[in-house]
Amino acid sequence: MLNKFDIQIREAREHAVIETSGYLNDALGEQLAEKAQELIQGGYTQLVINLEQTTLINSIGISILIEIIEALTEREGTLNFCGLSATQERTFRMMAIAKYAGIFPDEESAIANL
Amino acid sequence: MSDKEKKVLLTIPMYPDMELAAAKTASVLAELKGFDEGEVEEIQLAIIETCINAFEHSQSDENEVHIQFLLEDDQLQFKITDRGVGITSDTLDGTRLLGNPGLHPDLPKRGRGLQIIRSLMDEVDIETSPDGTTVSVIKRKKETTP
Repeated sequence: MLNKFDIQIREAREHAVIETSGYLNDALGEQLAEKAQELIQGGYTQLVINLEQTTLINSIGISILIEIIEALTEREGTLNFCGLSATQERTFRMMAIAKYAGIFPDEESAIANL
Repeated sequence: MSDKEKKVLLTIPMYPDMELAAAKTASVLAELKGFDEGEVEEIQLAIIETCINAFEHSQSDENEVHIQFLLEDDQLQFKITDRGVGITSDTLDGTRLLGNPGLHPDLPKRGRGLQIIRSLMDEVDIETSPDGTTVSVIKRKKETTP
C-alpha cells in the first residue's frame, strides 16, 4: 500500500481530539468522517482535528472535512484544526474553511479556543 | 545536468493512490532543483489534483496518465496527458460538480481541484479535445535575497 494512514482519538470530558497521519484522501477521509460521526453521535460537539502528521490533503479529503464542519454546524458545535503546514493553511483559507473552523498552530491552543 | 537529463517521463495507471507515485517523483525532482520544503509540498499537491482530475473525468480506455517533467534552472514544469474524452467547460470551471450547496454556499464540497492547482502554481494551461486532455503546469522558484 502506497499510503499508510492512521487515526487516533483522544476523548476528554468536554471535547475530543482526532489525530490523523498519512495522506488524507477519500480512503482516510471516510474513516475520519466515520470517527467524527461516532463522536458527534456520542454527544461531542467540540472537536479538534490534529493534522500535524498528515503529509498531504487532497481536495476529496478537504470535502470530507467540510462535511464534518457541516455536521457540527447543525449541532451548533465547534471544530478547530491544528498542526497544518503553511501550504495546508493557505489552501484552507483559500477554500473558506477558515471562515467556519478555527486554525491553530498546536493542539493546546486549538483546545483552549474551542 | 545535460539537456537529455532535463526531461523525465512517467506513466501511471489510473488506480487509487497512484497519484502518490507522481507526487513522489515530483518531490524528488523539485528537491533536486532546489525548491524549498513549502514549494515542494505545493508541487506535490498540484500534481495530485491534476492526476485525480484525469482519473475522475477522462473516461480513458487506456486507463493511464502520461506525465512529462521538464526541469529548467528556475522552474519545474509538468505536463499531464490522458487519452480520454476531453473535458467540458462546466467541468473546467468547477460548476458541474458543485451540486447541493449544503449549509454553507461559499464552502462547496466538490469541484475545487483546479482552483487549488491555480492558487499554488504560477502557470496552468489546459488543452482539451475529444482525443484527450493535457494540463501543463509551471512552478517557478521563489527569488531569494542575497
